[in-house]
Amino acid sequence: MKIEVSRVSETSVIIYLGHSIDLTLIDKIALFSHTVQNRYHGKLYEVIPSYTTLLIEFHPLKVDAEELITWCQQQVKEILSAKALPSENKLVTFPVYYHPEVAPDLERVAQDRQMTIEQLVKLHSAKEYTVCAIGFAPGFAFLGSVDPKIATPRHNEPRLKVAKGSVGIADQQTAIYPQQSPGGWQIIGNCPVDLFNIDHDPMMPFDVGDKVRFEPVSRERFLQLGGVI
Amino acid sequence: MSGLQVNLAGMLSLIQDLGRFGVAHQGLSSGGPADLHAHCWANKLLENSSNASVLEITMGNASFTALEDMLLSLTGAETAATIDGERLATWRSFVLHKGQTLKLGYAQSGFRTYLAVAGGFDTPQIFGSSATVVRNKLGGLADSQGSPIAKGDIIPVNNLAAKSVTTKSTSQWTPRYFIPKYSDEISLAVIESYQATQFDVEAKQSFYSKPYQISDKSDRMGIRLQGNSVQSGINGVISEGITYGSIQFPPNGQPIILLNDRQTLGGYPKIGCVSRMSLMKLAQARPGSLIHFYRGDIEFETRAYCQFIEFFSL
Repeated sequence: MKIEVSRVSETSVIIYLGHSIDLTLIDKIALFSHTVQNRYHGKLYEVIPSYTTLLIEFHPLKVDAEELITWCQQQVKEILSAKALPSENKLVTFPVYYHPEVAPDLERVAQDRQMTIEQLVKLHSAKEYTVCAIGFAPGFAFLGSVDPKIATPRHNEPRLKVAKGSVGIADQQTAIYPQQSPGGWQIIGNCPVDLFNIDHDPMMPFDVGDKVRFEPVSRERFLQLGGVI
Repeated sequence: MSGLQVNLAGMLSLIQDLGRFGVAHQGLSSGGPADLHAHCWANKLLENSSNASVLEITMGNASFTALEDMLLSLTGAETAATIDGERLATWRSFVLHKGQTLKLGYAQSGFRTYLAVAGGFDTPQIFGSSATVVRNKLGGLADSQGSPIAKGDIIPVNNLAAKSVTTKSTSQWTPRYFIPKYSDEISLAVIESYQATQFDVEAKQSFYSKPYQISDKSDRMGIRLQGNSVQSGINGVISEGITYGSIQFPPNGQPIILLNDRQTLGGYPKIGCVSRMSLMKLAQARPGSLIHFYRGDIEFETRAYCQFIEFFSL
């Protein structure tokens, strides 16, 4: 595909690395994001990866936009054509209590997919997910992709209140709500671990490109870990 | 505690510095002053660093009493400010003595006033910034969790401020040339980017052809506009990073200009960005104001912004 690097504003450029969501692209974007930050250390305001793009916001007196664009084109070409990539990605496992008492949509999603709750839990916790993007709210990670057998669209009307730690599904994506917030995802479990804590360093346990697994835990273990019912 | 006591907080008063950077990839908004021009002048008048914490007061109607002598400055929206009833000249530094009350009326022209103190307000930094982002529950006074300033608060002032009263007794003022005349009808330069080339030609024309009105549902996340509906004809955009000033079109076709407290990712079609210099004008336009858009030149706008940040050492 044609790599598109283009100026967005006086202080930013965006790089389009693909035109459709593709999990293999996420690792490449994560790697590219790290490479950019190393090369232009102290000269950038933000580097924001997403599914198919990287947005770079730079200091216009410290970075020459043309130089940055030329370098990005070269760099992306190399990264996209590389067979094996050096990976800094880590695997993080989160405990999840899958039970209707913390998961208002669990029974219905299982019913709609014509399976038992056990089968649904098994499918959800069997996969290793990729952190594709972080946004919507602090620490909210879009994880791809769930087994098509359990992919479920969002609620038509978002709930005004989704509990902190809620594990949800929206189409082929899954995520944990770091804070109580409004939200339309189908809630199938709850994770008792803090996902976003400004007193922690780093404040989030993952970055774009990292892998995530869910481990089903008992009610007792959930409460031990600080879970709230 | 010594500092500035808040008697009346106004509609929305927030501690701001230049903003919180290097955190957008974690989903946090930068915050920072909506009007960078007035913010920077408020600090410059006191020989502060441009990043010193100031108070951004929206629509005026606020009042403060000094708990010690302090050197202050006031820029931005005109609010017919007084000290103990005496009219005060703005875009200047001035001394507020212990026990005196600074009062701001409702904003008469412009929307946001900036109140700075020599040495900066003494507010804690989180990820290198005190900038208040209400929706992220970050910034502002200690333990306030990103709340706006409220009646009864005491905004702490660095001790430096008291010293400055004696050492910098001569008033500094902004040269007239740099003081903008705020208007309720403004023109903003648009740098076309993002999906601009994919927009329907007619949709684009309709965007530039008639002015939009600022809706009262606007906030620091985004300025919502009402006017010609623009149907870009673009079928879904994969969520991508959103930069300052991005102009996005939700399905109703009414543009939203994304400001300091914007979400970091978004999937609506975007025609480009309002230029940085134009955004400073926009920050002073009140709900109901008319906005004209024109196609800006990236080189021209970049030069202007570079001059600006050089002048204020940003």
